[in-house]
Amino acid sequence: MNAEQILFILFGAVSLIGAISVISFRHPIYSALSLIVTFFAQAGLFVLLGAHFVAAAQIIVYAGAIMVLFLFVIMLLNLGTLSVKGAMGSKLKGLAIILGILFAAEGIYIAVNALNDTAVASAEPAAASVTTTTYDIGELLFSKYLLPFEVTSLILLAALIGVIVLVKRGHQEES
Amino acid sequence: MALEYYLVLSALLFTTGVIGVLIRRNAIIIFMCIELMLNAANLAFVAISRSLGEATGQVFVFFVMTVAAAEVAIGLAIIVSVFKHQQTINVDEVNSLKG
Repeated sequence: MNAEQILFILFGAVSLIGAISVISFRHPIYSALSLIVTFFAQAGLFVLLGAHFVAAAQIIVYAGAIMVLFLFVIMLLNLGTLSVKGAMGSKLKGLAIILGILFAAEGIYIAVNALNDTAVASAEPAAASVTTTTYDIGELLFSKYLLPFEVTSLILLAALIGVIVLVKRGHQEES
Repeated sequence: MALEYYLVLSALLFTTGVIGVLIRRNAIIIFMCIELMLNAANLAFVAISRSLGEATGQVFVFFVMTVAAAEVAIGLAIIVSVFKHQQTINVDEVNSLKG
């Protein structure tokens, strides 16, 4: 085993354990903290794949901004384990887990087999040292994908206005 | 590392998110599971981008992150206003369209 394989197994195991903790802890705060662990492990995987910009963005945007928002709302609503009461019956839960396992088997089958005939499989495997720099991503973003990039800014604007309207309406109804 | 390992890991993470959405009734945790699924998709994007040797997949990860940020901001605002109205965020109890 070389270093890359060991690191892959380490980061992969941490991210999977984190993900399973997210759905099994009863208290939302613990779930949020496990999700942060998963995000950091995935950032490690991105570094292994040579995607340094994506790894940095993952830590700054997900582990930084999005998770702070989550923790803020959980603390604002002051949710204990109270809100988890009345969870699904164990029969339905078992059914959900069986369906999930079937879904996982399907995903693994696709990941292993279905790529055989496509361009991805026939592509020359990139050398281990190949990394994508921020320069490459920026160049693509402002040439080939300029229109989607601008549409993205519209989405953010719409989200901003939507949140303000939602919060404001709540205020008016109260007063 | 071969591409398959990353894709299998991505499939497993995605499935964890799906199971979480199915078995949890807390709206905030359902939201976290959606983030988990988006992240699994990001992992597949980056792995395939690496194996094709070009940066397009990483540009798409950028777009997914933007959409996720917008979605979380709006979703949490909706959860807060639902909680103000009904004092619960259990998705089984929040079952009327007219608050």
